[in-house]
Amino acid sequence: MRAIAAATATALVALVVVWVLSGGASSALAAFWHGSVGTRDAILSGTLVRAVPLTLVGVGLAIAFRAGVFNIGGEGQLLLGAVAATMVGLAWPDGAGVAGVVIAMAAAAAAGAGWAAIAAILRWRFGVLEVISTIMLNFVALNLVSYLVRGPMQEPTGIYPQTEMIAAGARLPRLIGDARLHAGIVLAVAAGVIAWWVVRSTAAGFRLRAAGASADAAAVTGRIDVGRVTFAALVASGALAGLAGGIEVAGVTYALYENLSPGYGFSAIAVAILARLNPLGVLGTALLFAAMETGALGMQRDAGLPSTLAAVMEAIAILIVLAAGTRLGFTWSWRRSAGEEAPV
Amino acid sequence: MNELEPFLEAAIRTATPLLLAAIGESVSERAGVINLGLEGCIIAGAYAAFVSAGPGLGIGFGAAVGAGLAVGVLMVVFALVLRRDQIIVGTALTMLALGATGTLFRARGEAGALVPGTSGVVEIPVLAELPLVGGALFSQPVVTYLSFLLVPAVWWFLYRTHGGLVLRAVGEAPDAAHAAGARVGLWQAGAVLFGSALGGLAGGALVLAQAGAFAEGMSAGRGFLAIAIVALGRWRPVGTAVAALVFGAAMALQFVVQALGWTVRYELALMIPYVLTLLALGAFGKGAAPAMLGRTSRSS
Repeated sequence: MRAIAAATATALVALVVVWVLSGGASSALAAFWHGSVGTRDAILSGTLVRAVPLTLVGVGLAIAFRAGVFNIGGEGQLLLGAVAATMVGLAWPDGAGVAGVVIAMAAAAAAGAGWAAIAAILRWRFGVLEVISTIMLNFVALNLVSYLVRGPMQEPTGIYPQTEMIAAGARLPRLIGDARLHAGIVLAVAAGVIAWWVVRSTAAGFRLRAAGASADAAAVTGRIDVGRVTFAALVASGALAGLAGGIEVAGVTYALYENLSPGYGFSAIAVAILARLNPLGVLGTALLFAAMETGALGMQRDAGLPSTLAAVMEAIAILIVLAAGTRLGFTWSWRRSAGEEAPV
Repeated sequence: MNELEPFLEAAIRTATPLLLAAIGESVSERAGVINLGLEGCIIAGAYAAFVSAGPGLGIGFGAAVGAGLAVGVLMVVFALVLRRDQIIVGTALTMLALGATGTLFRARGEAGALVPGTSGVVEIPVLAELPLVGGALFSQPVVTYLSFLLVPAVWWFLYRTHGGLVLRAVGEAPDAAHAAGARVGLWQAGAVLFGSALGGLAGGALVLAQAGAFAEGMSAGRGFLAIAIVALGRWRPVGTAVAALVFGAAMALQFVVQALGWTVRYELALMIPYVLTLLALGAFGKGAAPAMLGRTSRSS
């Protein structure tokens, strides 16, 4: 109930902010409405498409946060997934069938997991705090993509900072006519439902929740290897973010660009927290934030208001949830558990 | 080696915002609060300096400090008064400040605008004539000198005053400090505000002593780098200063790469500070964190 109240409050605050910033003009609100959910095109080619990466990264972050691991590196993990899917898509021969998309998705998830694993290894072998390392890895990934699309992976004419289009066999099919909605949404919903079931009803999910709720208590039971559980949670969240990046390439852009992600990895932090780290809730909050972001883009297009407003609303959403006193079911601490050395 | 002198000068200038932010953050962390809103303080300070430096540089720097403090007040309210998770609050405040400055910047159509003037270089007589290091150390903007004076000042406060002892006790053992009569919450709030003010000043330095203009997201992770620098400097002022200088040099390398016309790609040079952070944290970053860092204490 509290989550719904927080979501409603967020939406209301968003509308008030928009209304005030536009000087009380109703045209901005109309633009917000048309851009987000007001037309069939806005829903099927805008909001739902945008909800896919937000859901996947958000589900992953919900898992990591539940385990008490603060992964702020969703953006970098997503970009690495996009790079991997692009590599597969470019190498896939034309007319070689649609198995390419499966391989591309697997490669994307593996790349995201690998990028997160760097932070995981730094944390559990060298004691480096994941908050810092995942942020640093975001910046490395951003510059890596810039380098790739201007260097080794640039399209052959060398004019545009992007790669060639990926093979048709490595693309995700569209679902409804010519709307941009693609099969990735099935994967996103499946990820949310499966993660919800795993966290709620399996032994692994119990270990995850126990490690996040109190690492010390989990460790003294002698049956939960907190280090292993949290390592796995971080890598799993990286895999989902990587998959999100792969899906963006295979379902939306069909090529690697510099600004492929408008900060999905950061928005997803708000998505996960507003859902109170419940993977099923993420399905709803991702949709809400996707609508807010496409609405903000609509306002930029039609009413000339900056689309960065969406980031402001997302931050306010987190603060509202925090102020409302919602328990998130985990405690982050500098020292993971009594037995572990203090990381930095 | 005629590239070395300008490189050293650039390294010190580039290190200034990092040093300001890191010294402030080290005080905050010594009191047990990790302020991930530091990045937000920097971008807020940068934007405030950009819009208000018209009448004079002093007003610009003052506005930068004020903007940093504003973000710091929110950090205090959410993390200390309401006792919410420090990491999440800080992340949200950074998102808020990045989004709000970007929105204002775009809404006011200020892209491409320059500040009226940047903080000029003040040469220290005689010393500035020293070979090699003279320009780097003694021919810098005032804010750079200030940042270096802060290092011994903070050291003196932390290790030579009663207040410094209480502040460190608050970060190590808040319950014990509380039992000894210290107002834990007030010390933590003061430390966070000090760090946020310096974060804002760092943003001001970025605009008024380096770039001369504002760009969306121009803080470019400096707040997070500063947090890493504090860990690398083992939460000690001198160590923090050394680490900040190393990172200033790493960031200045990108200018050298361009100047020398090396065949290294620009994007790869931009990665250096971030990769260096990861390597350095892995190699040297262990231990010595204040015991209660990041935790919400019961005493206040």
